[in-house]
Amino acid sequence: MRKVAVIGVGCTSFGEKWETSFRNLFVEAGALALEDAGLSGEQIDEMFVGNMSAGRFVEQEHVGALIADYAGLATNHIPSTRVEAACASGGLAFRQAVTAVASGMADIVVAAGVEKMTDVGTGVSVDALAGAADREWEGFAGATFPGLYAMIATDYMHRYGLTREQLAGVAVKNHRNGAKNPRAQFRSEITVDTVINSSLVADPLRLFDCSPITDGAAAVIVAPLERAREFTDTPIRVLGSGQATDTISLHDRRDICTLDATMVAGERAFHAAGVERTQIDMIEVHDCFTIAELCAIEDLGFCAKGQAGILTEEGVTALDGDLPVNPSGGLKACGHPVGATGIKQIYEIITQLRGEATGRQIDGEIGMTHNVGGTGATVVCHILGV
Amino acid sequence: MSVARFWRKQPQRYNLEGTRCETCGRRFFPPRTFCPDCRRDGKVVEHRFNGTGQVVTHTVIRTASEQFDAQTPYVLAIVQLDEGPRLTAQVICAPEEVYIGMQVKKAFRRIGAESASGPLYYGTKFVPVE
Ligand SMILES: [Zn+2]
Repeated sequence: MRKVAVIGVGCTSFGEKWETSFRNLFVEAGALALEDAGLSGEQIDEMFVGNMSAGRFVEQEHVGALIADYAGLATNHIPSTRVEAACASGGLAFRQAVTAVASGMADIVVAAGVEKMTDVGTGVSVDALAGAADREWEGFAGATFPGLYAMIATDYMHRYGLTREQLAGVAVKNHRNGAKNPRAQFRSEITVDTVINSSLVADPLRLFDCSPITDGAAAVIVAPLERAREFTDTPIRVLGSGQATDTISLHDRRDICTLDATMVAGERAFHAAGVERTQIDMIEVHDCFTIAELCAIEDLGFCAKGQAGILTEEGVTALDGDLPVNPSGGLKACGHPVGATGIKQIYEIITQLRGEATGRQIDGEIGMTHNVGGTGATVVCHILGV
Repeated sequence: MSVARFWRKQPQRYNLEGTRCETCGRRFFPPRTFCPDCRRDGKVVEHRFNGTGQVVTHTVIRTASEQFDAQTPYVLAIVQLDEGPRLTAQVICAPEEVYIGMQVKKAFRRIGAESASGPLYYGTKFVPVE
């Protein structure tokens, strides 16, 4: 297998982008990535687009072709493939692009993610997101997506004594980071009181425990490492990739508040990279809800089960801590356009490793991403390094 | 959900009809037609669950999809059936009454409605055991 590097990145601002259509979101991110790599469209060999539910959100399927067309690549007839694994669609699109380059099937490959969520009302988006879990045996019983993570939180708090304030600390920290990120949906700091006084969505989770509904797109371009210097002075190496699945339903898991797929995907990425946990300088994890960030830190093996709340409280996961988590603001503050999130995580780590994260820069050489589909039925992790 | 899609699973939803692997004895609800443990050696047959169990974890849904909006707030739980498998279901009690370890049993109830005038769906919820 060939070694792979990221040679260009682009990301739209995240938020409620009433003025921007689904296709234009992608075009903006794609153009930024091409410009960053100094590439023209004809040099692209292949494209993978992560998208969860354009069919529900904008009544559009056949997203691979649409995106290639509006990116001006239809006349080149490049292969363009939509990749779907709910909220992990972006991370999976990146893994497919890396695989295509590593195998030698293609040289210059775009991995993108896009989601346009605000063209439908809350009821429709809640229902569409519930499709990330088991429609017949979770959704039909009345489970919402926040409701499933709320049941993870109930179990976790009962077993490990996590306090409501410790859980709120995750959102406070991520808003503090988001305030420093020009692309973040929420750029204001909040307090623990903001979180614990916000309205209940699914007990014990409140509005400020939940990532928002977001429009956004991100794109990155990968190439063989040996060719990377043709395009950029700051190639970032893809050191390791790991993907895993688990049962689609939360109720069938071995342990309600442990994501086995995170443990396995993380272990596979560490193994592939030949990197120890102590070498990781920063991580972007999938904090679709506050409780999910705590589970991620633990299940990736950075601390023992039940300890991540204390770590957060002590500032270990803050920007200036020993293990900065979600420097972008995470899904909570940067926003969560579901199909785009996994690519945005890569974008953030690349920006950090290049030393271009003005205002939130972390000193470091190795970063990691962790992207979850559903309540943990798909997990994909990547380790990136200078 | 279409009428046909609901009707197809009526016995399972109404009566907790799941399945059982005769090779290894493992019971499945929601029903599986393929035993993940025995694979090709498995012999999966129907099994009706008696419907007693306990709450493993729970929440109270305050914001629901349109289909369930009229019922909020409602208690949702993962229930461990005494006969083995776990499932996700509503528990008919006040939000403050539910707790981990609560003993429950199945009850046949209306689950939801497609719309105000649309078809009604029935299925299994759980009620506390006194
Ligand atoms: Zn069996």
